[in-house]
Amino acid sequence: MSWLTAFLGWLGEFFGDGANWTGSDGIPARLLEHLEFSALALALAVLVAVPLGLAIGHTGRGGVLVVVAANLARALPTLGLLVMFVLLLGASSIWPVIIPLVLLAVPPILVNTYEGIKGVDPELRDAAYGMGLRGGQVLGRVLVPVALPLILLGCRLSAIQVVATTTVAAYTGLGGLGRYVIDGFATKDYASVVGGSVLIVLFALFVQVVFALVQRLTVSPGVSRRLTIR
Amino acid sequence: MGDGPPSLWEWFGRNWDTGRADSIRTLLTDHVTMSFVPVVLALVVALPLGLACARWRWLYQPTSGLMNIVYALPSLPVFMLMISVTGLSQTTVIVPLAFYGVAVLIPAVVDGLDSVPDHVRQSAVAVGFTPLRRLLQVELPIAAPVVLAGLRVVAVSSISLVSVGALIGQGGLGGLFTRAYQNPFMPPVIVGIVLIVALALVADGLLVLAQRLLTPWVRARKEAAS
Repeated sequence: MSWLTAFLGWLGEFFGDGANWTGSDGIPARLLEHLEFSALALALAVLVAVPLGLAIGHTGRGGVLVVVAANLARALPTLGLLVMFVLLLGASSIWPVIIPLVLLAVPPILVNTYEGIKGVDPELRDAAYGMGLRGGQVLGRVLVPVALPLILLGCRLSAIQVVATTTVAAYTGLGGLGRYVIDGFATKDYASVVGGSVLIVLFALFVQVVFALVQRLTVSPGVSRRLTIR
Repeated sequence: MGDGPPSLWEWFGRNWDTGRADSIRTLLTDHVTMSFVPVVLALVVALPLGLACARWRWLYQPTSGLMNIVYALPSLPVFMLMISVTGLSQTTVIVPLAFYGVAVLIPAVVDGLDSVPDHVRQSAVAVGFTPLRRLLQVELPIAAPVVLAGLRVVAVSSISLVSVGALIGQGGLGGLFTRAYQNPFMPPVIVGIVLIVALALVADGLLVLAQRLLTPWVRARKEAAS
C-alpha cells in the first residue's frame, strides 16, 4: 500500500501549503474560475437547448434530427474539439474554449427536453386542451412541469460533461482547477496533480448534490410520486 | 507542393505508417484496444451485478446511487489519480473507462430484465425451465435489446473518451490533438476527429447489426405489424 502513503503525503503537501490558498493561482480563485466557466457554458447551453427542445417536442417537427445529432455529439472527442477551436480562433480570450464547451453541453439537454415533452401522456395533453388551455398554456402549465424531471436530467448530464471538459480545457490555457492537474503533471509536481484532482472530484460531486436539491425543490410532488394519490 | 505546409491528405499519407510509435496506424490500433477492452470488461462486470440487482431489489437503489456518483467523476482527474496505482500505462485509462461503462450498463441490465413480461416468465416456469435455463434462454434474450442499447452508449463514449488520455501520454488517436497543439498545425486535429467519429460509427453500426442478429423476432414482429 505504498501508493496510499505517497497519496496521503501529496494531499498533505498540497492542502497544507499556505501559499496554495492565496493569490490568483490559489485554491479559492481557481475554484471560483472553475465555477464561473462551467456555469457560463451550462447557462448558454440551457438558453439554446431548452427552448429548442420545447419547440421540437411540442410541434413534433425535427425530432429524428435531434436524436441523431445527440448520438453523433457523443462520439466527438472533447480534446480534439478544444484544440481545433483554439487553433482556429487563437487563445486571446476565453471564447475559443467556451464555444466547444457549449456545443458539447447542448445535445444532452436538447434530447432530454424533447423526449420529456414528447413522452407526456397524450391523454393529459388532451385533457389540458379540453379544459380550454391554449397551446402555449398547455406547454407552460402542463407539459413542462410533467417533463421537468427529464429536462433536469439533461441539464445534470450536461453539467457532468461541462465540469469534466472545463478541466480538460486547462490544457489549452483556460484557468480553473484543471490548471493544478495540467501544470503539476508538466512539472512533475505530483502534490499539485493529486490535490487538484481531488478538488475537481469534490467539485463534481458538489454539483451533483446541487442538482439533486434543485430537482427536489422544483419537481411537483405529484410528478415525482412523492405524493401518492389514492 | 514545394515548401508550403502539407495538405491534409499529404500529411495523412506521410504519417500513416512511419514505423514509429506516433504513426497514425499505431495510434489507431492503441485507440481500438483502449476503447474495446473497457467495453468488454464493463459488460462482464455489469451483467452479474445487474442480475443481482434485479433479483434482490433492495440492492438496486444503493448500487445505482453509487453508479451515479461514478458516472459524474471527470475523467482527467480520475486518470491522474490512477497513475499513482497503475503508473503511466494503458491500464490507467482502461480501468476508469470500464467503471463508467459499468455505471451505464447496470441500469440497462436491470431495465432489460424488467422488460420481460410476467406471463412469459410464468410460462417458462410452467413448461419446466430451471431457473438457470430460464435466465439464459428466456429472460436474457428478451432483455438483449435494452442491454445492447446501453452497450452502444458505452462503446461510443469510450471511443471518444480515450482521447483525453493523451494528456497523460496514453490517448491513442488523442495523441494527434496534443501534437497539433504543441506545434500549432491543423491537419492532425482534423484527422484525429474524423477517425475517432468514424470508429464510433463503425462500433455503433456493428452493435446495431448484433442486435438484429441476436433478436430476429423484433424485426419480424415489426414487419408483421406493418
